[in-house]
Amino acid sequence: MSTPPVSEKQVEEVRPRPPTEPGSQDHRPQVWLLRVLSALVVPAVLIVFFFTFEFLQRRDLNKLLQVSIALVVGVGGIWLLYWGMDRAISAMPDRAATAIRPFAFAGPAMVLLAFYLVYPVVNTLILSFQNDDGDAFVGLANYERIFTETTYLVSIRNSVAWVVIVPAFAVAIGLAFATLADRLPRRSEATAKSLIFLPMAISFVGASVVWTFIYRFRPLAFGEQIGIMNAIVVSLGGEPVDWLATPLWNNLFLMVILIWLQTGFAMVILSSAIKSVPDDQLEASRIDGANEWQVFWKITVPSIASTIVVVWTTILITTWKVFDIVWVMTGGREGTSVVAQQMVTEFFTFTNDGMGSALAVLLFLAVVPILIVNVRRFREQEATR
Amino acid sequence: MTTATETAPAPTPTTLPGKRAPSKFPVYLGVGLIALIWTVPSFGLFINSFRTPQAIRGTGWWTVFDEVFDSATWTVQNYTQVLEGGFGNAFINSLAVTVPSVVIPLTVAAFAAYAFAWMDFPGRQVIFATVVGLLVVPLQMALIPILRVYTNFELNSTYPAIWLAHTGFGLPLAVYLLRNYMGSLPSSLIESAKIDGADHFKIFTRLVIPLSVPVLASFAIFQFLWVWNDLLVALVFLGYNPAVKVLTVELSDLAGRGEGALSLLPAAAGVTMILPLVVFFSLQRFFVRGLTAGSVKG
Repeated sequence: MSTPPVSEKQVEEVRPRPPTEPGSQDHRPQVWLLRVLSALVVPAVLIVFFFTFEFLQRRDLNKLLQVSIALVVGVGGIWLLYWGMDRAISAMPDRAATAIRPFAFAGPAMVLLAFYLVYPVVNTLILSFQNDDGDAFVGLANYERIFTETTYLVSIRNSVAWVVIVPAFAVAIGLAFATLADRLPRRSEATAKSLIFLPMAISFVGASVVWTFIYRFRPLAFGEQIGIMNAIVVSLGGEPVDWLATPLWNNLFLMVILIWLQTGFAMVILSSAIKSVPDDQLEASRIDGANEWQVFWKITVPSIASTIVVVWTTILITTWKVFDIVWVMTGGREGTSVVAQQMVTEFFTFTNDGMGSALAVLLFLAVVPILIVNVRRFREQEATR
Repeated sequence: MTTATETAPAPTPTTLPGKRAPSKFPVYLGVGLIALIWTVPSFGLFINSFRTPQAIRGTGWWTVFDEVFDSATWTVQNYTQVLEGGFGNAFINSLAVTVPSVVIPLTVAAFAAYAFAWMDFPGRQVIFATVVGLLVVPLQMALIPILRVYTNFELNSTYPAIWLAHTGFGLPLAVYLLRNYMGSLPSSLIESAKIDGADHFKIFTRLVIPLSVPVLASFAIFQFLWVWNDLLVALVFLGYNPAVKVLTVELSDLAGRGEGALSLLPAAAGVTMILPLVVFFSLQRFFVRGLTAGSVKG
């Protein structure tokens, strides 16, 4: 997922208190059966419908027509389904209806989450202890290879470098820019921010293509440089450099692409945090004789510290999972592979499911601490209502 | 983006007149420099996409400034060539993938969020805590098992397969965002609707959904950008099959073809970017609100 997940975690001021209704805590088996059934109806009908529709599609139906049908069904059909479920439940006695209705509302989402996220997490864990064809258990062999073979060690080294460097630069530049732009007249501020913001709408693949024309290398004898970095080097009398084939440095050049993409996100969030720092505090310290640099470090930064942590973590997670940039720019060659891309290479290119799963588990384990912190914070906030 | 608590520009002449007046210049310089560095890459690509193939391969895009007014410099032939060469088709495929992949999770999540916020049922807290946990699970964890199921039922390279996959992957964020928003609506509102005899379905459709339009819009934009720009899920579940190949897969394919395809890359990238840029800038307000709603509070 792109940037938002962690950034939202602090929203927990919200404490909905659903009223307790008679029957809502009913634990009789027949009630539970109906609950499960009502949760399953919507996904089941969706699946059946979609895949009958899929057969229609194979008969060369016009593509735009397909999209329209999908859209009509996507909006209207699903609403109709939920509405039908609700009517059916309303026909039941009040107590039973109260007990079952929440499952008709929340159930479909839970079923989809269970299939698309919970089951795969468990299954991937199991697969990671199996061989690449998935027909025999090999214990920890896959993990042993990850921590002994150079290919994987290089990926881990690079991934660690990515998560150290990218969030630091994205946050630093984003914060610097937000602070400076805050001093501009309103209209110039909005324009300047839009320019930094723009890359956020661009795909990682698109961004990689954009940067191809920055890093492009051509040996001197083969004509003019069309990559701007080499053009500058050559115009200063230097030899053109194949940036993406220069070990260690090439990793940095790839990271620059992600920094370019993520700074806008950091800037937007930090900018609105800066604007919420009380003016009188800033003024007070200015009157006390603090210069702008001191005001920034002594007042602004401490007051937005929690936002900085959230932005940092969010970009860190995005960086840890980044796959597209490496996949498109180098394919992981020249010592540029990262764990997320290596995982796809293993299972998609080489169909090594065991190894791919083990790498996926590695990706997952690294975010588990963040997961635990998030869940714990959520529970605390719910408890202290 | 700009809130009511707009900070006054730094130099406040009333307090310290002479001292801070000159400090404007470095501010403009800093902002201008960063903005320039951030803009040049996309600007170069944009210029390149309208140059002739020979020019793209032969010289850097900045050389164009010598011949800006020469009509022979500019051409749209790259665009026509990419659109006819698969990108037109891929654009429609991307639309076919993206639109339902936004609408379905939005609907499913809205119902679930309402239940989590305003209904009482066993396991409510635990299940929602699980959703919070699922927010950070890397997609890579899901790919192999889902691909195996899809392969068993021959669902690979079909639209419904990827719609439902994107629905599943997008749900944690959707449920989370919507539930927090819906839960913050005043409970007196819901209670009085109940007293007036409205049932949950009516309260949901007539009251909660209309009040939740800003957060629904925020999520829709997130999900749109995410699905449209996604390479990984599309690559794994749709792959290179031309009937369903999406823009990102097509573009990464073209980028992998080396020198021969070089002149087509800028226009091709332009085609993939146009829609998200339009959506992004026309709905920026909602997007920014969605981003900041959560993170700034603490």
